[in-house]
Amino acid sequence: MIELRAPKTDGMSMTAADARPEQAAPLKQTPLHALHAELGARMVPFAGYDMPVQYPGGILAEHAQVRERAGLFDVSHMGQIIVAPRSGGIGAAALALETLVPMDIAGLKPGRQRYAFFTDESGGILDDLMVAHRDGHLLLVVNAACKHDDLAHLQTYLADICDIEARFDRALLALQGPAAESVLAGLQPDVAAMRFMDVIDTEVAGFACTVSRSGYTGEDGFEISVQAGGAEPVARALLAHPHCAPIGLGARDSLRLEAGLCLYGSDITTETSPIEAGLAWAIQKARRTGGDRAGGFPGSARILSELENGVTRMRVGLKPEGKAPVRAGTTLFASGTDGASVGRVTSGGYGATVGGPVAMGYVERGCAESGTGLFAELRGRRVPVEVVPLPFVTANFKR
Amino acid sequence: MLKFTEDHEWLKIEDGIATVGITGYATEQLGDLVYVELPEAGRTVDKGDAAATVESVKAASDVYAPLKGEIVEVNASIADDPSLVNSDAMGAGWFFRLKLADAAAADGLMDEAAYQSMVG
Repeated sequence: MIELRAPKTDGMSMTAADARPEQAAPLKQTPLHALHAELGARMVPFAGYDMPVQYPGGILAEHAQVRERAGLFDVSHMGQIIVAPRSGGIGAAALALETLVPMDIAGLKPGRQRYAFFTDESGGILDDLMVAHRDGHLLLVVNAACKHDDLAHLQTYLADICDIEARFDRALLALQGPAAESVLAGLQPDVAAMRFMDVIDTEVAGFACTVSRSGYTGEDGFEISVQAGGAEPVARALLAHPHCAPIGLGARDSLRLEAGLCLYGSDITTETSPIEAGLAWAIQKARRTGGDRAGGFPGSARILSELENGVTRMRVGLKPEGKAPVRAGTTLFASGTDGASVGRVTSGGYGATVGGPVAMGYVERGCAESGTGLFAELRGRRVPVEVVPLPFVTANFKR
Repeated sequence: MLKFTEDHEWLKIEDGIATVGITGYATEQLGDLVYVELPEAGRTVDKGDAAATVESVKAASDVYAPLKGEIVEVNASIADDPSLVNSDAMGAGWFFRLKLADAAAADGLMDEAAYQSMVG
């Protein structure tokens, strides 16, 4: 017999934090909810929202669609927050935000976006986010499960200097894949000139949109912020293109895993530092020891020290031998027979483009070298896994 | 004789040997399968023993023995290509053949009409 467990909340590498507060409350709907139903989506609860995990074609086909052509994701559950200076220029807001993130926000040029994370006093990660420099304000895009906490965090620490405006009513669509440019340029030719991490205000299908050239799949693509009423017309206009198909959260997870991108709540949490997570690249020189605005963010003592002195464990890519997926939570060992644990898998599943299981997790520093052979405990057996460089699939960004 | 379990398995029983698989409904609920682990032929199983494992993109599930018996044959082709289970659950996607310890025990399982009404 087979037990058809409801997938862990959403069928992805979910965390208690995502599922916890919302389970009792009625699920929220995005502005595209009716369209998902019309397209035959299977819906699951995710971060308090009723979200599509897949459409009738299935996750493997959706994954391939994004790698080969283009796919459209509804990510309206994510939080959009405007941070604007109460007085003076945007520099005041940028410097204020720098007290919460270890990024160079003051140096972020108009029309550009940057990956960031909120840190806590112990050097852990509260959430990861995108920060865009818009006309006179900063636009933040944060994770769905964290958005209310993030909003409170910003209000607590920045309200004296900044107006914080949640735009949780706005829709966010992600168009991803090698054909994304041709799909979107058919509706708005201006996007063709954009480069990775550019952000513009423009019009798509007659609606004012903020468009960034970014995403969470390792592919070229765009993220399109639009008022709720514009979400469905814009989505329908994009889906009308023969190379564009709707993609659910299931493929979003397998695509980001192959791309080596962290899922907040699984791969990065308050228990992981950015340096352990391999996110040192996101901390610009200006905020590091010796930089113009070194430190000055929560947990800076630990994080700057780890940048100089290294860490005792690191996030690595893991390639299991054979076909069996190695899932989040699996314990890792150096020996196939005995000995203490040397780490733990934080994300794992089937990489459809790789054509086999892929995973990532944290291992002791001595085991973190690529090529190191480790073992994952799977149903009572120790299965060989190899430490490999991330990503599993080379990124395809338009630099 | 075609029988079904409440746990979404089918059994095609001929001469005391049950060919066992999971139903189309089960594969739809699981989604695309990416991994199947089969038992070894010759293993004796009790009703309810974990006999195989299936993993979809999303999650792992155990497939338990629907009745007591001996595994006499397994379908290695689904281990090579788990998508066979999605595309032909009641045919090429069979899992294993079970020599039933007590063929009469199958009488207690559902027929197709009862199973279809259960899954609605």
